[in-house]
Amino acid sequence: MTDSTQPITLLQPLLERQNSDATAITYVATDADPITVTWRTFFQQVQRYQHGLVARGLAAAPAPGEQNLIVIAHTQSLESIYLFWAAMLTPHTIPSMFPTLTEKLDPDVYTRNMAELVTNSGVKAVISTTEFAPTLRDVVPCPVYTDADLLRDDEHPVTNADPNPTEIAFLQHSSGTTGLQKGVALSHQAVLNQLTAYSEAIALTERDVIVSWLPLYHDMGLIAGFLLPLVRGVPLVLMSPFDWVSHPAMLLRAITDYNGTLCWLPNFAYNHMARRVRARDLDGVDLSTMRMFINCSEPVYHESHQLFADKFADYGAHSQMLAVSYAMAENTFAVTQTPPGTRPHLDVIDRRQLEEQQVAAPVEPGTPNALVQVSCGPPIRNVQVHTLDGNGAKLPERQVGELAVTSDSILTEYYKRPDLNPFTANGWYRTGDMGYIAKGEVYVVGRKKDLIINAGKNVFPQDIEAIVNTVEGIKPGRAVVFGVPDEREGTELLAVVAEITEADPDAHQRIKKAVRQQVTRQSTVSVSYVTLVDAGWLIKTSSGKVARAANRTKWLQQQSS
Amino acid sequence: MDENTIREKIRTYITHELIRDPDYNLADDEGVVTGGLMDSFSLADLGVYVEDEFGVYIPDPDLTVEKMDTLDLMVARVMRDLQ
Repeated sequence: MTDSTQPITLLQPLLERQNSDATAITYVATDADPITVTWRTFFQQVQRYQHGLVARGLAAAPAPGEQNLIVIAHTQSLESIYLFWAAMLTPHTIPSMFPTLTEKLDPDVYTRNMAELVTNSGVKAVISTTEFAPTLRDVVPCPVYTDADLLRDDEHPVTNADPNPTEIAFLQHSSGTTGLQKGVALSHQAVLNQLTAYSEAIALTERDVIVSWLPLYHDMGLIAGFLLPLVRGVPLVLMSPFDWVSHPAMLLRAITDYNGTLCWLPNFAYNHMARRVRARDLDGVDLSTMRMFINCSEPVYHESHQLFADKFADYGAHSQMLAVSYAMAENTFAVTQTPPGTRPHLDVIDRRQLEEQQVAAPVEPGTPNALVQVSCGPPIRNVQVHTLDGNGAKLPERQVGELAVTSDSILTEYYKRPDLNPFTANGWYRTGDMGYIAKGEVYVVGRKKDLIINAGKNVFPQDIEAIVNTVEGIKPGRAVVFGVPDEREGTELLAVVAEITEADPDAHQRIKKAVRQQVTRQSTVSVSYVTLVDAGWLIKTSSGKVARAANRTKWLQQQSS
Repeated sequence: MDENTIREKIRTYITHELIRDPDYNLADDEGVVTGGLMDSFSLADLGVYVEDEFGVYIPDPDLTVEKMDTLDLMVARVMRDLQ
């Protein structure tokens, strides 16, 4: 879709293409043949699932003005995609994508969290796989369906073709302790405003092909790697994140096989592919069709771009393809975007002035304390970005402050959380990210609160500390979790330092293993470093709490000595 | 290279590079991914390592948690191609 006429609702573009035999989605996997879905088939499948939802009573408003929230906690699959659209096509129903239960996760913890989410957000139904639905059914206080339960032989007539554009279309759930996650509520209009402005920023055309392994429960996967192609009529080549992470070359092969032009990746993915794609897997790979690899959702390392460009230079990759976007679920997705066909600007600044005076002072490259910042580009057309000081006053260029955003693609509210007002008195959304603006471009330098971004996933250290504190042998309340930036992996790795009650070295191994195991089983991340220390090692604040930053510094000093 | 040497090399690689805990006493039949010691990123890492170190290329469909979860499974897979 190259014209500038914006549809009124997200459903309109789908309805318009329901009789098209052009390819909508191709799903690729390591262990199966690719599946190609035309718009016609796509729409028919969506209607068959919609029939199932309507038959289960989900087309009736639970109360005047209210909507039925359904959680799709399924695998990354065509089924979950059909269900997402089926829910949007069902009157008074909104979907939200969630990670599925996997073998690695502790089913008790997962189901308990899901039950909490169902209670707190008034979820009306959860849809899971045949394998895991029975486990959820025992605990979750709402109906739990499998995709098969909802798939009818015949299609349901479209009944929600014309929702109010200001109506909530779906939720994107934020990271954090599952039951307490905030549901970012987005209207049809907000999402379409984002898709139109963002399409302009990346010069999207019908000749593009989007290739994605990103999970659909993440804003980058849901918006850039799913809704953008489907709403704008651009073919999508999709794969599972679980499959890709073990087999990173499959993304490059998909780009080659389907003439991919656009791909969004968190920073770690550049390192992952540069380091872990084997020479033999590169036979026949051709990346020259690509217009942009867009780095998004975690701090951008210039070194990661260099590593990627060098590794794949002989296969058609070049540095003008390496773009950057700064994005967040609360703004639907993108806040900024570097222009297509250009390298992101590099801003070389003085590290000391940044740390001590919160000023981004330019210095010559190679100067002692020089720090290279990669630009996230200018705000896209419909977004304004300011940097604010602690009192909410706007700061001049090159002064570091909290980044604040206003746009016509911003969230309506946090779903069923009237206690949380996302906006300042002037209607700005404070992002919690610290950064500065230089020549109209946004640079992100850190975060206001302790938050670790590991492989594109936001991790609150207190959530991981709570898990570690339950491990036998750890002194309760005496564990600290922090992020360690790792240039090799291109992301922050998780480190745990915990005081123990046992002196026996055999017990140490058991405790270390239990820490790793429990974190893996109860969260979406893994721990890279576990250090057990004697009582009294951890630095505490005056109020007796464990001081994360101080302990991180102490641990880093010990590692380097 | 004999089986024992391969086993010890892979064990050292896992404990030093993937678990980042050289003191960890990794058992031969211990599930490294299912046991929560490392995540599935590491399977891609192992694929690179065994190719570089032993010249054995393990195709993607074999680089799965099911087929590579323990030291025993990894060694058997490498030996299969060396023999």
